[in-house]
Amino acid sequence: MTASGFARSKNGQRAIVAVVLLLAVLYPLAFDTLATQMDVAIFVLAYVMMALGLNIVVGFAGLLDLGYVAFYAIGAYSIGWLASDHFTGIGGEKGIHVLVSDFVQSSSGIHVNFFLVLVAAMIIAAVLGALIGLPTLRLRGDYIAIVTLAFGEIIGRIALNGDEITFGQYQLTNGQQAISPVDQPFLPGVNYEFDSAFNLRPYYWTGLVLLCFTLFVNFRLRDSRLGRAWIALREDEVAAASTGIPLVRTKLLAYAAGAALGGIAGAFLGSYNNAINSNQFQFSFSIFVLAMVILGGMGSIWGVTAGAFALALIDRYLIPEVFDDLPSTFGLDFQLTQLSFGIFGFLLVLIMILRPEGLFPERRRKLELTEGVGTDETVYEARM
Amino acid sequence: MTPLLQASAVSKIFGGLVAVNEVTFEIPHKSIVSIIGPNGAGKTTFFNMLTGLYRPTTGMIAFDGTDITAMRPDRILAAGIARTFQNIRLFATMSARENVMVGQHARMSGGVFGSILRTPKVRAEESRVHEKAGEMLELVGLARKEYDQTAINLSYGDQRRVEIARALASEPQLLLLDEPTAGMNPQESDRLTAFMRELRDERDLTILLIEHDMKVVMGVSERITVLDHGEKIAEGDPTEVRANPLVVEAYLGKQA
Repeated sequence: MTASGFARSKNGQRAIVAVVLLLAVLYPLAFDTLATQMDVAIFVLAYVMMALGLNIVVGFAGLLDLGYVAFYAIGAYSIGWLASDHFTGIGGEKGIHVLVSDFVQSSSGIHVNFFLVLVAAMIIAAVLGALIGLPTLRLRGDYIAIVTLAFGEIIGRIALNGDEITFGQYQLTNGQQAISPVDQPFLPGVNYEFDSAFNLRPYYWTGLVLLCFTLFVNFRLRDSRLGRAWIALREDEVAAASTGIPLVRTKLLAYAAGAALGGIAGAFLGSYNNAINSNQFQFSFSIFVLAMVILGGMGSIWGVTAGAFALALIDRYLIPEVFDDLPSTFGLDFQLTQLSFGIFGFLLVLIMILRPEGLFPERRRKLELTEGVGTDETVYEARM
Repeated sequence: MTPLLQASAVSKIFGGLVAVNEVTFEIPHKSIVSIIGPNGAGKTTFFNMLTGLYRPTTGMIAFDGTDITAMRPDRILAAGIARTFQNIRLFATMSARENVMVGQHARMSGGVFGSILRTPKVRAEESRVHEKAGEMLELVGLARKEYDQTAINLSYGDQRRVEIARALASEPQLLLLDEPTAGMNPQESDRLTAFMRELRDERDLTILLIEHDMKVVMGVSERITVLDHGEKIAEGDPTEVRANPLVVEAYLGKQA
């Protein structure tokens, strides 16, 4: 069997996945507990999760979403609200505590266990994802993109100006002042609290577990009744509706599922950053995540994983850590970080020219691209 | 006995164009009926109203005792009306089998959480649907080696077969076929005609077809409705329709 034949066979794939997973699990042992490589890896994990979430909306269901940063924000604020001192006076100054460490137990505000917040973030993001999806239901292609872009901006603006939105003594978001500090994950049974100030390994492993969960959800949904319905409506809405697929429900489920995964990643990253700052939620981030999906190959789970991995690594490591001083060696007076979006733009253009279907394209997407499959016809008349 | 489908004074107006004008139409249980008419007569528009893609401007459509006027297409399918399209609309990148599996969507119940957890119920449903897709493909006569072929790579005739299999997979009571023999040679048309009868006789299906091939229409239909310029100009059994001067005129033009 040839090497590529092995890589394509089922057992070959399993073996590759097992080896990669093992390496990923052992990765922290190669570095110091607070090494930059650990910090980078944690961000990479979170970004891959977000790209996989967006892949459900864009890759599976074919709904172009330019406002995905909204779910990062929602996830992050979920943990900001539910696991920090933000709501100081609540519960008669004593605060509300659910399964938290002794250290947090004594502080005011709402403090819900990190892992419960993940679930809450998922639910909140899913509901908001579906709500954001509602106005796009009668739209197609570019028009959907515009509406989602607007929603991403709305959430971003609310985050930014949320310090002016007050109810009682509380501000909604703290804007650029950030909600900080945010609780660290805590395992109640074993009484173990993570602390990113001393050791990044637990965060890394948590992120890895969450990423595996995200991958698992992606695979299971792709190979399900719902996954087939997404492909059907992506390719031909009229035929899909006539074949018994409820368009509204199916689209909203795509938005909700994608948002839920973004919410988890957002809550994870919010806790890790130890601060929820409105500056994190800018339009450019939506494009960044979309670029990961496109680079890797829309709809292809491993492709998107690889694309996200590559871009996240470039963004968090190669540009700021490795090549940042490169321009100065040529006598230029700027840092490479100032160019990062230019670099991503360039990479995208390159991909569009050389390999428009992405690095590891999904079979169907490739066919759609080369054979011109799919119609833009909409079920204009049917009541939604 | 009330007819399976009853359309009363159904009209469809696009802007200033009256595509279908007050057509009243019935389909008795377990019958094979046809709609014929020259191009642009409003046949497909009428089909689209029956399946919920278009909302009738006026009029009412009742199916099996329920009002389905302007019901959503997926609900209408679930109620028991399935269709094929004049220009084949398979999901091009899916295999033949997957297409037919999608056809069973309305008869499945697996939800998001069930699918993620792959509960025993979902697992059983998936394998049932997979198997049934095979049965349907066998029924329409697709060669076994083509089951996992991508739809876009199937021959034209096979694509038509798969589309019928996809419609049948939803367990309809009424099957709407929009020019099913278009592009078929006479032998294939004959086979399809026989197949339609078989579906009616053995599976209690009611069939409505739009068809241009008069040999097929006259051979298989119990009743024929003729549309011209959106209006019903004639109705009756094949011999009556054939003898109707209005029909001859619609097709051949007025005698000078």
